[in-house]
Amino acid sequence: MKAVCWYGKHDVRVEDAPKPTIKNPRDAIIRVTSTAICGSDLHLYNGIIPSMKRGDILGHEFMGEVVEVGSQVGTLSVGDRVVVPFTIACGNCFFCQRKLWSLCDNSNPNAHLAAKLYGYSGSGLFGYSHLFGGYAGGQAEYVRVPFADIGPCKLTAELSDEQALFLSDILPTGYMAAENCDIQPGDTVAVWGCGPVGQFAIQSAYWLGAERVIAIDHVPRRLELARRYGRAETINFEETNVSQALEEMTHGLGPDACIDAVGLEAHGCSIDAIYDRVKQSSNLATDRLHALRQAIYCCRKGGTISIPGVYAGFLDKVPLGAAFGKGLKLAMGQTHVHTYLQPLLARISGQGVERFDPSYIITQRLPLDEAPQAYAAFNAQKNDFVKVVLQAS
Amino acid sequence: MSRFTQDVPGLSTGTGHKSPANAHSCNQHNLSQRERMLSVLGGAALFGLSVWRRKPIGLVLGGLGTALVVRGVSGHCHVYDALGIDTSRHNPATAVPAQTGVKVEKSLTIHRSAQELFQYWRHLPNLSQVMRHVKSVEVLDPQRSRWVASGPLGMTLTWEAEVFNERPDQLIAWRSLPGGQLETAGSIHFKQLEHQRGTAVTVSMKYNPPAGKLGASIASLLGRGLEQELDEDLHRFKSLMEAGEIAVA
Repeated sequence: MKAVCWYGKHDVRVEDAPKPTIKNPRDAIIRVTSTAICGSDLHLYNGIIPSMKRGDILGHEFMGEVVEVGSQVGTLSVGDRVVVPFTIACGNCFFCQRKLWSLCDNSNPNAHLAAKLYGYSGSGLFGYSHLFGGYAGGQAEYVRVPFADIGPCKLTAELSDEQALFLSDILPTGYMAAENCDIQPGDTVAVWGCGPVGQFAIQSAYWLGAERVIAIDHVPRRLELARRYGRAETINFEETNVSQALEEMTHGLGPDACIDAVGLEAHGCSIDAIYDRVKQSSNLATDRLHALRQAIYCCRKGGTISIPGVYAGFLDKVPLGAAFGKGLKLAMGQTHVHTYLQPLLARISGQGVERFDPSYIITQRLPLDEAPQAYAAFNAQKNDFVKVVLQAS
Repeated sequence: MSRFTQDVPGLSTGTGHKSPANAHSCNQHNLSQRERMLSVLGGAALFGLSVWRRKPIGLVLGGLGTALVVRGVSGHCHVYDALGIDTSRHNPATAVPAQTGVKVEKSLTIHRSAQELFQYWRHLPNLSQVMRHVKSVEVLDPQRSRWVASGPLGMTLTWEAEVFNERPDQLIAWRSLPGGQLETAGSIHFKQLEHQRGTAVTVSMKYNPPAGKLGASIASLLGRGLEQELDEDLHRFKSLMEAGEIAVA
């Protein structure tokens, strides 16, 4: 089968790979119909995430048709159309039982590796290095899905792939980011980063009752999407001083909650951003975090910082003193996708709520074969690329 | 000898507390009474000879004689220790005598009831799924079982064991029987937790590795430290009981 394989920094190839087979009774095999490239895939592309091996298949946002099921999968039949959460969860451990699916105890075969870095390991992920399990990803024609009786979400034919695909990761991620803000009536939420996660965080903040959402980025296209589809007020940080603008816009209070939808690879013009980049390029191995620093500074006292990420290693120069001095709550983590699948599916289907079509963020549609070019272009000309969807057939 | 005890996992920092055996492992008796007497007498004789012969051979004889006397008096032979030889009599009911071998202990929380975990573990053939190096466990009678495992350096080890103590849903204790290729003893404790937190499981195991401490040292050099093995096996148990299978990439 064809698969998008990692071969090193800036080296991604479409190759022939063996078709996956059932290994465990709770597995299923999915024939992929659509898959996307995530901003966090670029961390792999740029060689920032350790423990990748040559030939690893990438991709954690995918959907398709069930072609085979293991003996213990009672919830799926061959032919079912499903979208699959990017976090892999067993359903029965302490964390899964508390709906903390991305913290599953049993789904990372390399848990001992992640535990060395983090103390304890979170769940396995599709296509995201051996630290997170070494699972083959979904930028391929077929993919093996473990714990298939828990993860995959069945879809009806009335939804197109483009409408359903983002249930795999970014729509629940944006939603959880907004939910973590604990939004109260009258709240103003500021969102740093108008990529796909930021776009969906903006939408979600309104669904959850925010009165105002202020979106911050420097890419005109993304700001435009935030205004037009997100109904957000926008700030271009290359033209405007963000902290001043936020203070004015909130009449001196500051936003009630701040979402860092930028994570690693923050851009920025001011001195600390340059410091970040110098440290990164000299391999001093700290995550760059200009957006997070600014969010902590700008947030009102007693407010919440919500961090959908992604962060991986260490960071320095975090104004923890400011966060402490203002009594901020910090909420973060990998998305608990499984919790949000049904409610968000209802939104996309328009069941009981105004219908929401997430496909507006798609800017490129390409065949799987063109994945290497898509990665290169996404990485280099990031400004025109908001979301790349690859068709597997 | 202290060099070996530091190399062997479970005998140094291990689980955060030193087994009381650690500090005294150099003093364990591994010589029979007869051998001790011979050692003292032979050593004394050599010492006497050294006084008479003077240098240079006198020094060598004197050193050797002194060593033999010390060996006899202390009842502990370093060379025997390294080779895993023990000529002293020990109670067969102990399997792994006190203050010998390697001890490892690990705790884990498993999100199932103590009863379910006890029942799974008590059916000993299940343990070939849990313990990676155990190939099979055959039940011989309600207490006794025959174990086959892969040992260090490609060996296959077999031994018989008995469950000599159990409390339903709380404790299972087992030990190997004499005549087998491995001396081992272990126990598993189950403690049901409140508030839907599952069961706290503590496993404690002792081994006399087949080639004495040398074997354990080699095992640790190969990176298959016994404590790490127990840790992995416990995680396999947890995965099997919670998820029904072991995750594989």
